[in-house]
Order: sequence, then C-alpha cells, then structure tokens
Amino acid sequence: MSAGPVIERRTQGLRASMGRIYATFIKELLQLRRDRITFATMIVIPLFQLFLFGYAINTDPKHLPTAVLIQDESAFARSFLAAMRVSEYFDIRTSATTEAELDHLILSGRVQFGVQIPAHFGRDLIRGERPSVLVIADASDPVATGGAVSALQGLSSSVFSRELTGPVADLAPKALPYELRIHRRYNPTGETRLNIVPGLMGTILTLTMLIFTALSVTREVERGTMESLLAMPIRPVEIMLGKIAPYLAIGGLQAGLILGAAKLLFGVPIIGSLVLLVALTLLFILANLSVGYTFSTIATSQLQAMQMSFFFFLPNILLSGFMFPFRGMPGWAQAIGEILPLTHYLRIVRGIMLKGAGFVDLQADVLALAAFTLAAMTVAVLRFRQTLD
Amino acid sequence: MSATPAGIPGPATDIVIDVQGLTKSFGGRTVVRNLSMQVHRSLIYGFLGPNGSGKTTTLRMLCGLLTPDGGSGTCLGYDIRTQSSEIKRHVGYMTQRFSLYADLSIRENLEFVARVHNIADPRAAAWDAIRRLGLENRAEQLAGELSGGWKQRLALGACILPGPRLLLLDEPTAGVDPKARRDFWDEIHALAYEGITVLVSTHYMDEAERCHEIAYIAYGDLLMQGSVEEVIANAHLATYTVTGPGLADLAEHLKTLSGIDMVAPFGTALHVSGRDPDALDTATRDLRKSGPQVWTPGHASLEDVFIDLMSRTKDNFA
Repeated sequence: MSAGPVIERRTQGLRASMGRIYATFIKELLQLRRDRITFATMIVIPLFQLFLFGYAINTDPKHLPTAVLIQDESAFARSFLAAMRVSEYFDIRTSATTEAELDHLILSGRVQFGVQIPAHFGRDLIRGERPSVLVIADASDPVATGGAVSALQGLSSSVFSRELTGPVADLAPKALPYELRIHRRYNPTGETRLNIVPGLMGTILTLTMLIFTALSVTREVERGTMESLLAMPIRPVEIMLGKIAPYLAIGGLQAGLILGAAKLLFGVPIIGSLVLLVALTLLFILANLSVGYTFSTIATSQLQAMQMSFFFFLPNILLSGFMFPFRGMPGWAQAIGEILPLTHYLRIVRGIMLKGAGFVDLQADVLALAAFTLAAMTVAVLRFRQTLD
Repeated sequence: MSATPAGIPGPATDIVIDVQGLTKSFGGRTVVRNLSMQVHRSLIYGFLGPNGSGKTTTLRMLCGLLTPDGGSGTCLGYDIRTQSSEIKRHVGYMTQRFSLYADLSIRENLEFVARVHNIADPRAAAWDAIRRLGLENRAEQLAGELSGGWKQRLALGACILPGPRLLLLDEPTAGVDPKARRDFWDEIHALAYEGITVLVSTHYMDEAERCHEIAYIAYGDLLMQGSVEEVIANAHLATYTVTGPGLADLAEHLKTLSGIDMVAPFGTALHVSGRDPDALDTATRDLRKSGPQVWTPGHASLEDVFIDLMSRTKDNFA
C-alpha cells in the first residue's frame, strides 16, 4: 500500500472546525445505531417512566374513604350524603359520633375526608340562616384531595333541588342556601394534578440526557480509543459539540414523545406557544447534556460517571419543585434549587403548558438555563485533558 | 507526499525529529531521562528496549500527548511543547492498543479519520485506503471483528490516510503472526521509500535488523544509537560460537567463569561473549583446547548486544 496522492485540505477556520464537529457527530450517531440496547432505552425509558409515573400517580382518585358526623336528622342531611356518594369521589365508610372521633379518623389516616353536618342543619336551612357543612380534607396529599374537593363544590348547588320545593322554593335559585366550609388541612396551597405530567417531562429528560453524555468520554478512555483521538488534530470543544449533537436530536425526539402522550393520554393542555416550548426544551436538554459531559471529563470510569449522574439527579428531583412545592421549601433548599436546571425548566414548562406564559414572562429562567449551560460547557472544555499527563 | 513545502533542499531540513534532554517522570519515578535523538528524513528508526523502558512515553512526548518535564526539541520543525496541534496534523501515531472504533465498520472508521483531518471527500479517501489495504469486500465489516494482523494493517492504513510526514508506531506487530509481520514491514519499507519517516518501537530482533537505524533505551536512558552495524561494533563484544555435545552443562560452567559476560544458546549452538576480548580468551583457553565442543570465533549478533545491554542496565538499576 502507498501513502496515497496529495490531499488538499483546509484545516483552519470555522468551516474546518465545523467539519471536525461533523466527523464526531457522524461517528457518535453510527455508534449509537450499533448499540441497540442503548438506542432502545432512549425510546423506551421515557415512555415507560411516563406511563409508570403518570398512571401510578393517579391525579384524580375516586372512592376516597370518608367519615361522617351527622348531628341533624333532617332530609337535607340525608340528601347531602346521597349526593356525595353519587359523585363517586366519596366512599362513606364510617359514622363518627363526636367531633373528637372524626378528628382522630382524619389524623390517623383511616379516612381522607370527614363531613360534619351540624345540629339543626335542616331547620336553619329552611329559615335561610345559611348553616355550614364542614368538610375536612386530609390535604397532606393535595393531589389526592383536589378532585374530590372540586366535585364537592360542584354538587352543592344542585343537591337540595328536590327538597327545596313548595313553600321553601324561593330559597333554591339564590346562591347557596348553606355555606360549604372546606378546610384543607396540612397543606393549604393544594397543587393541581396538571403539575405532574409537565414535571415528569423535565425529570425524564434530566435522567436520560445526563446518563448518555456522562458515559461518552469515559467510554473512549475505557475502550482505549481516547489516545488516538487525542493524537488527531481535533480540539476539545469540537469533540464536545460533536458528541453532544446527536443526543440533542434524541432528546428532542423524547420530548416529542412525552408531549404527545401528555396531551393524548393525560389530557394536559398546551396553552402557550408550542414553538417556544420546543425551543426552551432543547435549551434544557442542552443544559443536561453539558452537565453529563462535564461529569464524563471528571470521572475515571463509566461506573463513576453513572454515580455522579445519580448524585446530581437526586437534588434535581427533590429540590426543583417536582416533588415538593418550591415555595414550601426552606430558604437554603430554595437556594440550591435555583442552581439546578430542572427548577427553571419546571417553571418554564408549567408556565407555557398550563398558564400560557410567553418568553417575556420566562426570561429570567431562560437566562438562568443558558448561563448554566455555558458554565457547564466551559468547565467541560477546561477539564478535558488534551494530553495524557 | 504532503501539501506543505517539505522538499526544501539542504541538510538542515533533513532532520525530522530533533530533541535534546527530554525528561519525564510520573509520581516521582523517572521514566525518560535526558533523552536526545535525531532522526533523519525517510529513515526507519527502530526504538528498542525492555518493557517499561520509556519507549511509549518518548513517542507520546514527540506527538504532543505528553508534556516533557525537561528538555526541548522539534518534530517536523514544530516545537514539541508549543505546536502540538501542528504536529498532530502531520504525524500519524499508531498506539500499542487497537485504537479504532470496534463498533464502527472499516469504512466508517476511515471516513471518521478523513473527516477529522478535513479531507474534502472523506468517502473517496476512505475507499482509496480500503483499496490500498485490499479490503474492498470487507469494507462494511466491523473493525472489532478483524483478526489481529488485519487490525494492525487497518490501524496503519488509518494512520497514513491523511498523508502524514512522520509515522510513530508503538509496537505495531505485538501479537501478530510472522506472515502478517512481514507484510506489515514490507509496507513500512514502501512508505519510507516514498519519503515518510518512521519511528517504530519493537521487541523483535529481526524487526530491529530491518531498521535503517536503531536506538536502545533502557530504564529511561538512551544507551546506544546508530545503524545495526555501528551498534554491534560499538558494543565491542567478542564472541565465540560453540557447537558440539553437552552444551547445556558447558553453559552452566561458563557462567561461573570471570571474563565471560554472556552465555546464550542459539539452536544447536552456544554464543559466548565478553566485553574484554583478552579476558574472554584467557577464561576459555583450556576449554577451547580440550573440547569436545568446537569453538569458532564469531561476530556478536544484535541480540547478543541487546541481551548484554539489558543485563548491564539491570545491574545498574535493579
């Protein structure tokens, strides 16, 4: 074999640099295609997690155990209870005889709801004195009680239409003839069910993107290909961009799958701009890819890179507002949360999907995500060892 | 061979590698000590030495993968400390371990190399290399599925694809069968003929003898360099070749005598060498006369010289 003919080439400038990034991009894509298991994981993991979380976290549970304390023997009380049953949200299991007993049933967690119909409820109602029905909800799990509470508010306007006829019919069309007092105990804010699915999108993307790039550099080291890659005329930043690029496309694909499922299976609306959502989701994906790549340059083995990824994943789940309401966290936890990309993305994705927020509303979070990405990439390029020293 | 003006006449540009006093240590252990060498254009320069002697470290310093702790020099006229990106553009470095992507096909691997080197038509360049290798009908085979010999040839093919002016080969034929080794060396000679300089490290004596010049490095020190003949002559090793019965017993006996520095069996013969010819003659005089073996004055082989060098450096460093 011979050294071949003279080969003309340009090695300086942006175009040459793009060419080298493209070289790495193609290589990574081909390797990805060969690695069937990884490729399958990328498509299956997000859907699997979404179904698992989405259905396991039932955002609208019914037949919740309910205890009643009835101190009034009128037809109104019976009608009210019957209406509650019909709504299917309430499974009236226990009758309490005292307020203390009702409190205990709630506190011990044996029932989710306690309903107290006070003495003289029927009489006061007819007199137009707007008696109150007390509904105690165990809102420690706000998602669980949210649906039931809103159902309760819906039924209360029509519940007495049968009783309120004849001489007392003039009570019917006005506002409520009685007062419904709902005490959400343990968690007064009561987050809504729609929080979960957009949040899942952020969580799933964090996990998968992190792991894929976290392995990319350590894999080259472990397989012994790093030495000759370093001996080639390619710069660290070019290697990084070429390695990240295929996963940006795959992350976009994942996000599309999750969004589709969110809309079709879980009925989550996208009130705001879809274009903005996609653009900012890509930014978020980039942020996580950069973190993973940074880990990849620090870790000495694929195992270590995995461990670092999970170490990063945990606070993302706990302190971003995905699991717990962000405003409910102590100051130090919020401060940590502000550093994490998922925190900002949750605000973005919930803002766009549920509230119809625009770019101007979200620019602080967009800026934070961009700054985070840039910082992670800088660290990665600085950390990338161009020599074997 | 290359687009850069390499053909400037005159002896000054004839030197491809020129380094002085290279030193490198890892964790307090000096791996290369004060190494100086010059390699001329179009030569095959053999780099010999026992395991762990600093050969790989030296090669890595030359192509910019390691920064020397001390010393300086140039490779292809570029400073090895500050211009490593230029060096990488014109040097083909073949690592000891198979360093192509096992999960990419032969064609894909070569295309990757071509793209990283900004070759305008990577597909054509890859196919040229495949044809040179004679792998046309296996182009889509995964590189990891090739036999050891083919892996080495493919790695060499990837190294020369971008048209380097210098090849650094780190034990390229380790674990390869004799036929594949010979093919490999034929290719290296063809490349040198075309003007590429080759610096190759090896353990094999027959390969050393195929080099234009050799250098011997042990425990970080460059002990000898020159052509094979020069190295043998400079060793000043007087040698007898002994044939006949009872060589094994004779060898044991000879090792106890002073004046004899090396006793090594070579097939049905025994090589007996000493650094001081007079002392060797004195020590063996009675045995040469009494027989029953036949003693013929011979020339030290390269292997004799290296084994002697190795045992001497062991004495110094062990």
